[in-house]
Amino acid sequence: MELATFWFILIAVLWTGYFFLEGFDFGVGMLLHPLGRTEADRRVMINTIGPVWDGNEVWLLTAGGATFAAFPLWYATLFSGFYLPLFAVLVALILRGVAFEYRGKVDSDRWRRNWDLAIAFGSWLPAVLWGVAFANIVRGVPIDRSGDFTGTVFTLLNPFGLLGGVVTASLFLFHGAHFLALKTEGEIHDRARRAGLAVAPVTIGAGAVFLLWNQVARGEAWTWAPVVVAAGALVGSVVAARAGRDGWSFVGSGLAIAAAVVALFGGLYPDVMPSTTDPAFNLTVENASSTAYTLRIMSWVAVIMTPVVLAYQAWSYWVFRKRIGTEHIPTVHVPGAEASH
Amino acid sequence: MDTVTLARWQFGITTVYHFLMVPLTIGLSLVVAWFQTCWYRTGDEAYLRLTKFFGKLFLINFAMGVVTGIVQEFQFGMNWATYSRFVGDVFGAPLAMEALVAFFLESTFLGLWIFGWDRLSPRLHLATIWAASIGTVLSAYFIVAANSWMQHPVGVRFNTETGRPEMIDIKAVLTNSTTLAAYPHVIAGAVLVAAVFVGGISAWMLQRDPAPSERDANALHRAVRFTIWLTFVSGIVVAVSGDFQARLMFQQQPMKMASAEALCDTERGPGLSLFAIGDPGQTCSVHDFVLPHGLSLMAEHELEATIPGVNDLNALYQQKFGPGDYRPNLFITYWGFRSMIAFGAIASAGAVVALWFTRKGRRLPRGKRWLRVASILVIPTPFLANATGWIFTEMGRQPWVVAPNPNGIPEVRLQTADATSAAVSAPMVVTTLVGFALIYGALMVVEVFLLRRYVLAGPDAVLLPGETGRRTEQLERPSDPPDADDDDVLGFAY
Ligand code: HDD
Ligand code: HEM
Ligand code: HEM
Repeated sequence: MELATFWFILIAVLWTGYFFLEGFDFGVGMLLHPLGRTEADRRVMINTIGPVWDGNEVWLLTAGGATFAAFPLWYATLFSGFYLPLFAVLVALILRGVAFEYRGKVDSDRWRRNWDLAIAFGSWLPAVLWGVAFANIVRGVPIDRSGDFTGTVFTLLNPFGLLGGVVTASLFLFHGAHFLALKTEGEIHDRARRAGLAVAPVTIGAGAVFLLWNQVARGEAWTWAPVVVAAGALVGSVVAARAGRDGWSFVGSGLAIAAAVVALFGGLYPDVMPSTTDPAFNLTVENASSTAYTLRIMSWVAVIMTPVVLAYQAWSYWVFRKRIGTEHIPTVHVPGAEASH
Repeated sequence: MDTVTLARWQFGITTVYHFLMVPLTIGLSLVVAWFQTCWYRTGDEAYLRLTKFFGKLFLINFAMGVVTGIVQEFQFGMNWATYSRFVGDVFGAPLAMEALVAFFLESTFLGLWIFGWDRLSPRLHLATIWAASIGTVLSAYFIVAANSWMQHPVGVRFNTETGRPEMIDIKAVLTNSTTLAAYPHVIAGAVLVAAVFVGGISAWMLQRDPAPSERDANALHRAVRFTIWLTFVSGIVVAVSGDFQARLMFQQQPMKMASAEALCDTERGPGLSLFAIGDPGQTCSVHDFVLPHGLSLMAEHELEATIPGVNDLNALYQQKFGPGDYRPNLFITYWGFRSMIAFGAIASAGAVVALWFTRKGRRLPRGKRWLRVASILVIPTPFLANATGWIFTEMGRQPWVVAPNPNGIPEVRLQTADATSAAVSAPMVVTTLVGFALIYGALMVVEVFLLRRYVLAGPDAVLLPGETGRRTEQLERPSDPPDADDDDVLGFAY
């Protein structure tokens, strides 16, 4: 296989990993207020993703870095073109990351309430905006001869783009609810499972319309396969959730995310960012990629490092495999909490 | 203001800000790992106190380093699209390697460290903090390699058809002489930051009223002793590597060094300007306090070397690269360079004072007011040395974003003014510039508030009630059957 195509696939894999992993931690953040009725509930929820959210976010950094290295022209056009939405995503990720670390560091209700809002905001906004961004990447945006985006923010807010936002947001809610059900016990577990079932109609409806629309507009014959897999996985996930099989319902929502990314990237190939101005200005796997030498070096790095990373990340999930409930949460232990000084 | 100026302000502000957290993270991760190693080997509770106390401060800082780092990763594409297209074939590689090799290591193992206190055996738990430290040290290597390539492009050929450099030798890129010189300097600078941070806080706490508990005081005395030596060692490495870097820079970017010295005209055996009153701005200064032959010694290690001056270099560049002004901002380079060295010297002077007090195994005296003030005031100095050092390096490279390599391919060069994104207008950059400045400003207040709060509370406050630190008690846990400790509370939970 040609190296540029290999890297196209690898970048799809990195985005799949990102959406699978950060998808559930966005979902947990989005559910923080609806499901976390008491302070102890919210601490349980945050602790389910506490050890792993930063590692999950590195999938995004790697996807970004890999795009820069393998397709610099794609990286440049995409990041400068989607400037303001990306800024919004950055603001959200900044507030969210700091909130996880800081919310428990002062024993005050107001302090925690504010950081909880930051977590919710920081999870909802990227969950919607990633969908809008990806829908627009596959749909195509105005790009001129020199490869620069010529639209505005409003260009991105077209029906397909907005539907993409609904799809990712509802999918991450669905996925996050199953993750919570899998990782918690007691009240929260039951609430999470009910929440997963409650959003299922939206997830399935919006997902089906979106994937079919994409398939009709730019699908290949073979991309019917991931569309069917995604649909089956979503339905299977709901069935499993009803049967109380938390593990399988989580596998189902994760598989649906992966299949959806495959369907989108499959329809995109061999473009990486089509131009609606003139197909001659399309950025493609061919014209946007780095040289063969750079791709070869990066392939070696990826082939060696990816299994290592997967192994230790999997191990960290294994270490924290146990379900947690409110009884595992220690009493607040921060300076000033018990007036210890 | 035009887009270029705005984008430069944004890059400068966000990067300098990121680099306030970064050196503390690199240095403190190593110091905390060291304390935990001491605890593991001796079982001495004092070291557990130090590990947990500075571990908390480390985590408060780490969070900010992470979130500001994400901005860095996106920023090249957002504001500097032309630059990204130009350098992508070379520059993207170390950036991607940094994420794949270093960031994953760092973030995953830090998660394990924070939450693994009673999930992992002590030995494995100790290994997690070392793995995270190694991640930070590796990340610095790749990013410095990327930066060094912009200072001194190597390992490429120029494709005249696309007008872009193409990598032909990754080894040359990763072992760039500029990288090899800058890396020890940056790492030692980071260790210096952490050494002074830990030492300053410990010394301050020993002076404060109410006095820390006996157990805390015992631990703090050890931290002071350890960090004095660490400050010395890192200070020496910084100075030696800095001298090495300076000599290399005279060859690779003579304009940067000439402007750092406000050396206007080519001279034989020039002196080193220690301090200039007058205006080392765009006109050349009167050198007021000059160390005879100093500059010559610094550049070539000989008394009568001929060092090219700013004006002559400017004329040379105009001849080579066309009309234009190739001088960086002399005021910034001159004072940036001096501030870096001065701030570093203050930090080392602090260690000399502390060494005097602790000579022959004495303990640092307690309850001294001036010592209390001095311990706090010395903490920011290595941060400032790092910041001014970067400002000097980066602004001394102007007007180039990719500076031409005097022995390389002349076409491989790019001016900052030509590097921005066509799709991004000035109002858009204003939006993000103001947005980042406000958020960063607010978060700085929060970070300092939290650090202060945890420092004031002292090590006693971060140990769980009843935690004695005897390692043996913990040793038994992991051999329990995996589900027997189901009702354990989480160790270091949020
Ligand atoms: C604790 C921080 C610190 C201290 C005490 C010093 N420096 Fe430094 N210096 C840096 C922190 C730093 C830095 C932030 O790490 C820089 C910026 C870029 C780089 O590679 O290192 C730097 C850059 C830098 C450069 C420019 C290299 C380039 O253009 O790439 C030179 C020539 C020196 N330093 C020389 C010195 C000398 C001779 C010092 C003392 C005797 C010294 N520095 C102390
Ligand atoms: C982390 C430490 C760093 C600091 C503190 C720093 C600081 C700065 C500053 C102050 C500027 C503005 C210069 C000016 O306006 O004249 C700048 C510019 C720039 N730096 Fe750095 N820099 C750092 C590291 C890096 C690294 C590692 C890279 C690349 C990998 C980099 C790439 C750039 C680029 C592309 C610019 C262009 C904008 C400009 O020239 O104004 N910097 N940097
Ligand atoms: C301007 C170029 C830079 C970029 C694009 C960049 C990128 C990043 C990113 C994305 C992160 C977050 C990683 C995470 O989520 O764990 C990060 C953190 C970090 N960066 Fe930077 N960085 C830059 C400059 C530097 C420099 C110059 C150094 C070292 C000399 C450095 C060392 C680190 C370290 C040690 C961390 C982890 C510690 C922390 O988060 O505080 N970075 N950087």
